[in-house]
Amino acid sequence: MSDNQQFQKFTSDPAVMQMIAKAKEKNIPTVWNRYEQMLPQCGFGETGLCCRHCLQGPCRINPFEEGAKTGICGATADVMVARGLDRAIAAGTAAHSGHAKHLAHTLLKMTQGKARDYKITDPVKLKKVAARMNIAVDDRKDNEIARDVALAALADFHEKETPVMWAASVVTPGRVKVLSGLGIVPKGIDHEISEIMHRTLYGVDADPVNLLLGGLRCSVADLAGCYMGTDLADILFGTPTPQVTCANLGTLKSGSVNVALHGHNPVLSEVIVQVAEAMQDEAIQAGADGINVVGICCTGNELMERHGIPSCTHSVSQEMALLTGAIDVMIVDYQCIMPSVASVAECMGTKVITTMDICKITGATHIEVKDETAAENAKQALTHAISSFKARKNRKTDIPEIKNTVVAGFSTESIVAALSKLNDKDPLAPLVDNIKSGNIKGLCLFAGCNNVKISQDINYTTMTAKLLKENVLVVATGCGAGSLMRHDFMDPSKTEELCGKGLFTVLNAIGEANGLGGPLPPVLHLGSCVDNSRAIEIAVALANYLGVDTDKLPVVASAPEPTSEKAISIGTYAVSAGLPTHVGVMLPITGGPLVTRILTQDVKELTGGYFIVEPDPNKAADVLLQALDERRAGLGLE
Amino acid sequence: MPDYKEIFVKTDICTGCNTCKLACAVEHSKTKNLFEAMFETPKPKSRLYVEWVPENTRIPVLCRHCEDAPCINACISGAITRSDQGTVVTDTDKCIGCWTCVMVCPYGVIGRDKALHKAYRCDRCPDLEVPACVASCPTKALVYESVDTFSADRRKAVSKELVTGKGV
Repeated sequence: MSDNQQFQKFTSDPAVMQMIAKAKEKNIPTVWNRYEQMLPQCGFGETGLCCRHCLQGPCRINPFEEGAKTGICGATADVMVARGLDRAIAAGTAAHSGHAKHLAHTLLKMTQGKARDYKITDPVKLKKVAARMNIAVDDRKDNEIARDVALAALADFHEKETPVMWAASVVTPGRVKVLSGLGIVPKGIDHEISEIMHRTLYGVDADPVNLLLGGLRCSVADLAGCYMGTDLADILFGTPTPQVTCANLGTLKSGSVNVALHGHNPVLSEVIVQVAEAMQDEAIQAGADGINVVGICCTGNELMERHGIPSCTHSVSQEMALLTGAIDVMIVDYQCIMPSVASVAECMGTKVITTMDICKITGATHIEVKDETAAENAKQALTHAISSFKARKNRKTDIPEIKNTVVAGFSTESIVAALSKLNDKDPLAPLVDNIKSGNIKGLCLFAGCNNVKISQDINYTTMTAKLLKENVLVVATGCGAGSLMRHDFMDPSKTEELCGKGLFTVLNAIGEANGLGGPLPPVLHLGSCVDNSRAIEIAVALANYLGVDTDKLPVVASAPEPTSEKAISIGTYAVSAGLPTHVGVMLPITGGPLVTRILTQDVKELTGGYFIVEPDPNKAADVLLQALDERRAGLGLE
Repeated sequence: MPDYKEIFVKTDICTGCNTCKLACAVEHSKTKNLFEAMFETPKPKSRLYVEWVPENTRIPVLCRHCEDAPCINACISGAITRSDQGTVVTDTDKCIGCWTCVMVCPYGVIGRDKALHKAYRCDRCPDLEVPACVASCPTKALVYESVDTFSADRRKAVSKELVTGKGV
């Protein structure tokens, strides 16, 4: 059996296959080995029927047994799974909003002159956000506006007289009514997370419907955290514009100091990029061609959308980047960093540098990066990279010669700018007209991660290929974007081949009108996982333009390979926003028949959105196409 | 007589997680898939039991498929026989649900299927190389071995303990 066939059950990325073969040869354990060792996984955990919320437990409910149908306290299977789901939503919300809060602190310190390595890069976005938050902009200095925006952001974390403004002001007026009617407008982002912890405690909320409403409310707080993360990052580092760049392990260069930036928040990575530029000479003196910065996971997306920095790999294959032997240092901040990277780095003679107080890994080197001293700390980390390069420069590296062309960086602003080349007075008109005419059947957002249970990327590529042929405009974020970019779905030279005729005509017209001499890429890269806010912004703009709410639009979402609890909270806010939302891995809720029914059916009556749980990517694509047809029919479109 | 493998229980390492019971029910379902099996009617049944002995011991108990099986001798309708694989099986067509087998079973591992009015028990998963409960056990408290191999392993372990002075 050739290596490729042998490793197809692990990944569909040929570059990653090469590295799995190397790991096998060198006997270095990876995520796939650990998964096999973990099998079989616990059925109680898989179905959500295990509760560890009190010390009388753990309790398990056996779905096949006729006897005990509750935990020791009397909690039913539905209560158990609803509590578990709520806590997952709260964890996802805490992560996205923690990222946003970090940016808000950086912005505030910048306005106070305490974070000199940061500045306002996009004053237009600053004013746009300020206006949305009812902050005065006329005759005021950017710095003053920025201070008020930062304070408004921080105020959104606690309970106050107004609801969470980054939620209430970013959805349609109709959605505000729906959410208010259901009592699920969040009062404060941290308040909602804390309230989930309270209501899921031993002996509190034991009504599955009430628990689910609490989860939906927290998910709206997650939308706020994401939206805020995008807004503040755009203000500080610039709103993305299309960039021609590349992705995959072939972006590493044997003769350069390779620095992989992994994690999520641009607060760290932006400064490293700047300092790396200033340290090029130092790298050259050490015998390198220069410093080659690449991204992994959402840090990669943040850097790619703003600077066209190449993305090395994503999610489940993060260890594979180290296996090339070419990475001189992997600098991480937080979220989605498998602790195993530290041991793989050790095997490969390189190192991982952690930078955040809340994310240290045994075996990694910790260099605390603070807003006040960011550039200095970044220099320290890059000095490690250069010395690491000196030690490895004569060693053999194994960099797969696989590199995919990517055009990334489609913010709402850059999409509107591109559309305005077709109609400068009414930029959304060309998009809406093509949706109406059927040239575009609808929109699908792909978000989420890779999951070791699924051959890496296969669900994304299978579903996207099918949807594009059916003229669905596909946008992608996070490691979903990462996945599609490593399979040429963001390469404009593939647009004609991959898209249906109607969709190609539209993408080509936009590309031509913008002087690209060809179409836009088949899939539009919207950025990192917090940037799912951009998809919501586009949906809201379309809904407002058509004078309907988001639950009427031919817009669907999918997380076909989710792993992180962040994917659960994102999926839930997509449902709160009224979108049919596909998940390609069984959620740990199936042990609760009522909860399963509510989330996949009944919630449609409340928010208009609902979950579709379907592991088969072909069937999932069909279900999403049906959902789009249903929405089109609802709008009176063919 | 062939040297059949038996399901043995290492009584000191069961954590009482009940994963074996889930795996057993799934293997005896129509769909053989956990997520679908939960919604089948009638619900698939697990054929082994995990008992708790105070203070802190968990013991999986299942049909021993006794060589001189009291249930075979006691069955008044002749429904219980020994299969070619060495297992004790109840022919549900012949079973009249008198529960005599339950009375004589020293282990209490024969169940009553309330929908079918028939007796059921462990069948050692005839379609699988290793029974589902054994394959699913996270601590390997369940083992599928011949008597000779199991005993030989036990002798080796005891000998090692004696030599290293750990006692038995």
